[in-house]
Amino acid sequence: MKNIVIIGAGTGGTIMANHLNKELNKNDWRITIIDKRKEHYYQPGFLFLPFDQYKPEDVVKPIQEFIPQGVDFVNVAASRISPNDHQVILANGNALLYDILIIATGTEIAPDEIEGMKSDAWGKSIFTFYTFEGAKALRDKLRDWNGGKMVVHITEMPIKCPVAPLEFAFLADSYFKDKKMRDKVEITYVTPLSGAFTKPKATATLEYLLQEKNIHIEPDFAIESVDNENNTINDYGGRSIPFDILVTVPTNKGRDVIEVSGLGDDLNFVPTDKGTLQSKKHPDIFVIGDATNVPTSKAGSVVHFEAEILTENILNFIKGKEMTEQFDGHANCFIETGGGKALLIDFNYDHEPVTGTFPIAGIGPLRLLKESRFNHFGKLAFRWVYWHMLLKARPIPFVTAKMNEAGKDF
Amino acid sequence: MDKLIAGKTISVTEEGFLTEYSQWDKSIADAIAAENDVTLTPRHWEVIEYIQNEYKNDVPLSIRKIGKSGVVDIKEFYQLFPVAPLKTATKIAGIPKPVSCI
Repeated sequence: MKNIVIIGAGTGGTIMANHLNKELNKNDWRITIIDKRKEHYYQPGFLFLPFDQYKPEDVVKPIQEFIPQGVDFVNVAASRISPNDHQVILANGNALLYDILIIATGTEIAPDEIEGMKSDAWGKSIFTFYTFEGAKALRDKLRDWNGGKMVVHITEMPIKCPVAPLEFAFLADSYFKDKKMRDKVEITYVTPLSGAFTKPKATATLEYLLQEKNIHIEPDFAIESVDNENNTINDYGGRSIPFDILVTVPTNKGRDVIEVSGLGDDLNFVPTDKGTLQSKKHPDIFVIGDATNVPTSKAGSVVHFEAEILTENILNFIKGKEMTEQFDGHANCFIETGGGKALLIDFNYDHEPVTGTFPIAGIGPLRLLKESRFNHFGKLAFRWVYWHMLLKARPIPFVTAKMNEAGKDF
Repeated sequence: MDKLIAGKTISVTEEGFLTEYSQWDKSIADAIAAENDVTLTPRHWEVIEYIQNEYKNDVPLSIRKIGKSGVVDIKEFYQLFPVAPLKTATKIAGIPKPVSCI
């Protein structure tokens, strides 16, 4: 009997457990998935919590509901990986031996990285919607806020879902308009990037939307500290931006277990082959999703696409064959733009997001890089798809792991 | 696209990053620096050489990494390249725009 161990029962780990459970012969392979939590969060929903568009119960379900029968769920934290002994040491002192290890530990926020960020004002005037608790605290604050300066801020790249802070700014604009108080709120979008997004064509579209919604942008801002006496964020270049509410995306880092195991880079992300998703150092370790250092977005769609490639590669690896499937960096993201509309972008390592139709070339029904109501319904419908199809590794019609070049206006 | 830099025809991206590192030389660095209102001092060159070495070794660059490099801290990096330092410094160094901007 051989062992596949998966660390992390988030999006990537859960999809892999479902794929491998279908593909592997149970007489030969035991599949174990480790996670210290009991809850599975639908993380794209955190964006809607602060604006009372989703309720907390909409975005959380028990982890166990999505782990297939035939896969062992170990509800204990993994405290260390020992690649030389091929084992994972658990917080309860037990060790699990593996023949193949899949690291799916994701990323977490690290507000301590910036001086003054995790201060007494955390949860009072400094917020993040990148956690369930953070999103709820922000919702409570916004419910009876009288207005002032709202600063939406990215600390440093890379971050999970790089478009989420932009969406937050757009939705905030809508929210305050609906509450008839938009004139009392000044929204500023502060980013370490040189523009609204990283890729030129999407940046042009998104900056136009910022302008249209009267959201001021402060690009190239590398934060040095939060000044809690004057309520400002200050950057290394000497710029200072005042806020009444700071909605920040703190530094994103890989988990401590990666660091203590000596498997990570300077942000605890695991150096990973961007095509095969195999660890660059240890052939029996594979990495999926936010935990990798591959140069594409950290996003649920990426994990979903990676899982199909990784499953094929692991099956070949087991047979001692060459791993022929290559991940192309495919990402597919809805961008809420407020007022019941959304954009859709579809891109990979080589192609930036452009206009066009998706998923069927020339037909759609979704339009790329253009605002539409239909895209917004797509985003809302996606929650159902996530819980019922994506996590269970059921194929989503017309949506392929590798990006389709047809239907795009390159 | 092609651009005339320091009297030579150089292949660059829309944003002005060199696409062929082999076309880079010090006169090109000086010209790109001047375009970005930077005058290169020996301190700048230490940083540029560090960045080029990291690139040659396939190490992804970020402001954080440069701050921990021991070559320069973030504060000084900003003094040397006041506007968008990572972008400006990599452009002058003739290497592609850092992929940390995903």
